Amino acid sequence: MNIVVCLKQVPETAEAEVKLASDKKGIEMEGLPLQINEADNYALEQALLLTEEHDGDVTVVTLGPDSSDEVLRMSMAKGAAEAVRLAGPAFDRGDPVAIARALAAAVKDLEYDLVLTGCMSSDDGNTAVGMALAECLDLPHATYVTQMEMGDGEVTVGRELEGGLIEKLKMKMPCVLGIQTGINEPRYASIMGIAKASKREIAMKSASDLGLDEGSVGEEGSRTKLEELAYPPVGEGAEILEGTPAESSGKLAEVLREKGFV
Amino acid sequence: MDEILVLAEHREGELRDITFEMLSKARSLGKDAGKSVTALLLGAGVGDYAEALKSHADEVLVLDHGNLKAFNAAVYQQVLSEVLKSREPSLVMIGHTAFGVDLAPGLAVTLELPFASDCIDLAYEGDDLKATRQIYEGKVNATVSFADAPTVLVTFRPSACPVEDAEASAGKVTELDVAVPEEPAMRQFLEYVEAAVGEVDITKADVVVSIGRGLREEENLPMIEELAEALGGVVACSRPCVDAGWLPKDRQVGSSGKTVKPKLYLAIGISGQFQHLSGMKAADTIVAVNKDPKAPIFSEADYGIVGDLMKVVPALKEKIAELRA
Repeated sequence: MNIVVCLKQVPETAEAEVKLASDKKGIEMEGLPLQINEADNYALEQALLLTEEHDGDVTVVTLGPDSSDEVLRMSMAKGAAEAVRLAGPAFDRGDPVAIARALAAAVKDLEYDLVLTGCMSSDDGNTAVGMALAECLDLPHATYVTQMEMGDGEVTVGRELEGGLIEKLKMKMPCVLGIQTGINEPRYASIMGIAKASKREIAMKSASDLGLDEGSVGEEGSRTKLEELAYPPVGEGAEILEGTPAESSGKLAEVLREKGFV
Repeated sequence: MDEILVLAEHREGELRDITFEMLSKARSLGKDAGKSVTALLLGAGVGDYAEALKSHADEVLVLDHGNLKAFNAAVYQQVLSEVLKSREPSLVMIGHTAFGVDLAPGLAVTLELPFASDCIDLAYEGDDLKATRQIYEGKVNATVSFADAPTVLVTFRPSACPVEDAEASAGKVTELDVAVPEEPAMRQFLEYVEAAVGEVDITKADVVVSIGRGLREEENLPMIEELAEALGGVVACSRPCVDAGWLPKDRQVGSSGKTVKPKLYLAIGISGQFQHLSGMKAADTIVAVNKDPKAPIFSEADYGIVGDLMKVVPALKEKIAELRA
């Protein structure tokens, strides 16, 4: 069983303070570590587990700048056989549909029984590229997948809905699944794997390599446009208890006492 | 007259809150931009819901068909395509829910609709729609514009808009006549499975001490348990802690976990993505400890400490013990 995993590199922002760039079209990337998008890491692990059990190869595909080679190499260090990067200015600033269209052009020529993606990315948070990709490839799809059970030419998946309710579906393969975090325990790459992967080829694909009209991808191929970024308005917000940890927690303990919790 | 079409969402016999939130947003948008509001109700045995919807919309379109019994993105997408092609609403709103994220992107591709997902606000500037959506885990707002097109599609975030009171004048109900395909073999609904019930019911606790990614390691859990004990509360968490295996799923607060309304909610090392906030923002008193002063959790919190939880939590435990002594 061969599996294609579409993944991307993102800046780590969960724990960091995010600053807007001066043009208000992006953020200051300096000081933000780059890493594989969290849900994509689970998708990759799922693909590795399945191909280890059912024999087959994992191909990882990304669309992104030169720095994204790092997540492709890390994926190969963990066991992916091939890596493809959609590269070139034609792909820049695409909306989710334009990104899906570009990925589809690269994926359609690969051999696969399954296409896995993370269900959402931590940067743009569209929660849309994977399912749009399925439509571009004319394949059945399901997202927020937290359970998978392989059958003969089919897979039973559990989708996690609001409140933790699981929706069980039977899907024919090939299909596109958006993988939710927590489905497995992603492995770390070995030192040996990393050393080997550093020498591996990454297949670079431009829009013309994929037979794509440059106007159909990237900013030109997008039907939505990012106008401006801003910090979210701060409402009344919290009363910040200032001071050293001892001082601020002293103030908090006092608040909790006044409210009857202590 | 131009219309804004809202796809009603329901599950297991109930209309979901997101439906009324979207209708409220659509009505205020429609008032400003001179557009009517239409609720589209798809399902099997859902005719009764039209009654609840019609006081929130100018028109309710109902398609009650056995093939729509289970939510299946493949079937719903085909039906929606037909409805949108014939009515050409200027705006279509679908909930940014497990249902909507499975459905909307495919629809945008097939109908070539300008599409923005997870919008938290919408506004017309003249004829042009502008959407606000959040990126970088709620730390940045992005304004998005759409290409000129007869129909624009958005998914709208749950709890982003309050529900307005129903209108006195109720809208009309129209039965739709659209062919509904059978569930395709390529994707078949099997069943719903309820989340497992654990030993501790965090929804019943008065005090919830909740941890997030900021805890860094499972080894740091005992100090949180001790703090919860000192406050007579239970330990809960955000999604990353469950993903990492630090705590079981039944301790997760948020849209895919539990919704809690305790007297005190202490959010420690939780940045406050909307999925988490939707599960705890109804708490009476919210206290947040986070090292990022701009973390979204501080907008929801009543009290905040900006700092390293590894230092704040032990200090707080000590101060509580002093007060007790």
